[in-house]
Amino acid sequence: MAGKIRIRAQQQGDYTEVKALMRHPMETGLRKDQAGEPIPAHFIEEVTVTHKGNVVMHAYWGAAVSANPFLGIQFEGGAPGDEVAVVWTDNKGETGEGTTKIR
Amino acid sequence: MNHSIQSAGMARRNFLRLGAFVAATAMLPAKLLAAMVRPADAFTATGLDSTFAQIGGIPELHDGIIFSTPDIAENGAVVPVKVEIDGNKLPKVDKIYVMVEKNPNPLSAMFNVPAGTKPYVETRVKVAQTCNLYAVVDVDGKLYMAAKETKVTLGGCGG
Repeated sequence: MAGKIRIRAQQQGDYTEVKALMRHPMETGLRKDQAGEPIPAHFIEEVTVTHKGNVVMHAYWGAAVSANPFLGIQFEGGAPGDEVAVVWTDNKGETGEGTTKIR
Repeated sequence: MNHSIQSAGMARRNFLRLGAFVAATAMLPAKLLAAMVRPADAFTATGLDSTFAQIGGIPELHDGIIFSTPDIAENGAVVPVKVEIDGNKLPKVDKIYVMVEKNPNPLSAMFNVPAGTKPYVETRVKVAQTCNLYAVVDVDGKLYMAAKETKVTLGGCGG
């Protein structure tokens, strides 16, 4: 279920604003389905944002981040046209990624 | 005799440990190596106090942390949170934690902030019930926090 990530990176004066929306159920493992069976935990554990290959943000997440997670960050040193990428890995080893260019 | 067996075993263990360490870190960017261990025990800690204990102690309240959460969340499953830092009051923040006091595991997210990145994050978290949310920051091993209550009218556990 490698998910695409929707990203927008916009230059705002001296910093770049990155907004990313990931597709992921972010199951806590504490919920039960309609039959009363527990739904196994399934959540993004690690997210990395890079600018031209350099890490500009790195996060560890728990299952309490909302489903279809949103992440907004700001970093310095970017310029329009530069590539920004976001990559995630979840607790089942699945990954998702997306790239965009700074506008 | 006994001694040499022991040291061979230890050398092997150390070697294996080193191998695992190299394998685990080889893919990671060198800049972040120091911070690159998922604090698994902090994520599974229950209760705010033990979560604080896992990350290094009880943070001090600090007005350099600007923590925005809604006063009232209609849907606890999607509560926007924003952590900003006043760099004049609190420079060199290198980690940001978001915690929800009454969730089964309070620690929701931890962010490693490299130099050159603003200590600023926006995300959305689940809040099981009305309680305090905490933004905790790490500055060179010292912990500071800001707290804010969010009232939840519909729970965050899909209920």
